[in-house]
Amino acid sequence: MLLIPCPYCGPRPELEFRYVGEAHIARAEDPSLLDDEAWSAYLYVRSNPKGLHAERWQHVHGCGRFFNTLRDTTNDAFSATYRIGAPKPDLPQPNDKTDAS
Amino acid sequence: MTRYSIASLVRNAFRDHEDWPRVWRSAEPKAAYDVVIVGAGGHGLATAYYLAKEHGITNVAVLEKGWLGGGNTGRNTTIIRSNYLFDESAALYDHAVKLWEGLSQELNYNVMYSPRGVMMLAHTIHDVQVFKRHVHANRLAGVDNEWLTPQEAKAFCPPLNIGTGMRYPVLGAALQRRGGTARHDAVAWGYARGADARGVDIVENCEVTGIRRDASGAVTGVETTRGPVRAGKVGVVAAGHTSVLMQMAGVRLPLESYPLQALVSEPVKPVFPCVVMSNTIHAYISQSDRGELVIGAGTDAYISYTQRGALHIAQHTLDAICELFPQFRRLRMLRNWGGIVDVTPDRSPILARTPVRGLYVNCGWGTGGFKATPGSGQLFAWTIAKDEPHPINAPFTIERFRDGVLIDEAAAAAVAH
Repeated sequence: MLLIPCPYCGPRPELEFRYVGEAHIARAEDPSLLDDEAWSAYLYVRSNPKGLHAERWQHVHGCGRFFNTLRDTTNDAFSATYRIGAPKPDLPQPNDKTDAS
Repeated sequence: MTRYSIASLVRNAFRDHEDWPRVWRSAEPKAAYDVVIVGAGGHGLATAYYLAKEHGITNVAVLEKGWLGGGNTGRNTTIIRSNYLFDESAALYDHAVKLWEGLSQELNYNVMYSPRGVMMLAHTIHDVQVFKRHVHANRLAGVDNEWLTPQEAKAFCPPLNIGTGMRYPVLGAALQRRGGTARHDAVAWGYARGADARGVDIVENCEVTGIRRDASGAVTGVETTRGPVRAGKVGVVAAGHTSVLMQMAGVRLPLESYPLQALVSEPVKPVFPCVVMSNTIHAYISQSDRGELVIGAGTDAYISYTQRGALHIAQHTLDAICELFPQFRRLRMLRNWGGIVDVTPDRSPILARTPVRGLYVNCGWGTGGFKATPGSGQLFAWTIAKDEPHPINAPFTIERFRDGVLIDEAAAAAVAH
């Protein structure tokens, strides 16, 4: 179980949170201006990186607020947590070691 | 290739079984192939097998970063069924079930396909309505599926608790009798042996690190940890790592990779005659020929490549198992493990050409790809060989997400992942 750093409440167990998916995917101001390709990219296409992943969580069983984190998907370690609206921290990619441990 | 038969078994028995030949060669990668398949799991090896057997393309390499069948092929719960809701999916998965029925003879290798029946439990009125809709849709599509009362379900699976004291009592079940299990390792080994015998090179410990393209954008080969390999066509069959590989060719896909867990109990004598699945309380269970109860848990909530899952996910599944089968409370769990599954937004696979010429992808099988292994390989081989999809996999494109023709099987998954 993950220990997730809520920027408002501090580290709390994963069961208190809801995962909301990849962060920084903004809905277009006027979706009717998008072509099908751009609209499906917004709806469906995700980075799915093996390495640092910017993702959104909601502390549903705590403060209830949304926030973003950076987590390394090769070992699930969090390297940053930040509030909605703040820019994504510019951290170097960890070494891409394989997962078979 | 030595053909396995009763005569070869007797002959080798007299030699204390010391002279059985190697089942496939340990190949060195050549400089160039007609087709390179990335990933030596069941789907990739089946693709190579059918390329060689049905399309005469034998100058093929299957490149594997680890060992053969060491990914999700060796980690799944081996369940086979085809009772999907939509016509496109029913056709895809039933095509695979038909191949399973003759696969041991086809490969001259015992894959231990056991059509012992897959029974999906209904616990709520909503479940009952949904499953009856499934039964009707399946029968119209020519796929066997039948509705059972709780008493009939218990007669089919005597360990099942149909008592009324349960929080989620069993209100009935949908049974696909042709569904069942097979030996997952044997599927990979059988296809590897058959492909190798037809000239396919299977190269283990050879990780693809890049995809080469020419000025026009077409694929010309791959970079690997054992040197560059030229190829006219490249087929990516890499399950959870598909996004990583496709990124090497600049292709972004509607995929996310999640850890999915399974666990097995200590081995016991035969106690469990079929496969039982429950969506509502999340459990699926069968018994292997070794005697272990094989139990599937859910995915974690977040994407990850760690090949392990959180303990509370497994515990949640065991809660459900103990409610359905109280007599299993005293069993110890022996091992648990995780695999990385690639999930599409509509929970249906992608089995198609890509925007990059010469690059093909077979992915998105999510939490249930094992059952499709033979069909997936045969259809993907067709797609690569002819540069166009077979009618069965024609709907399973990448473009369906752009064009709004999803095959939305999310509601039809046997268990909600």
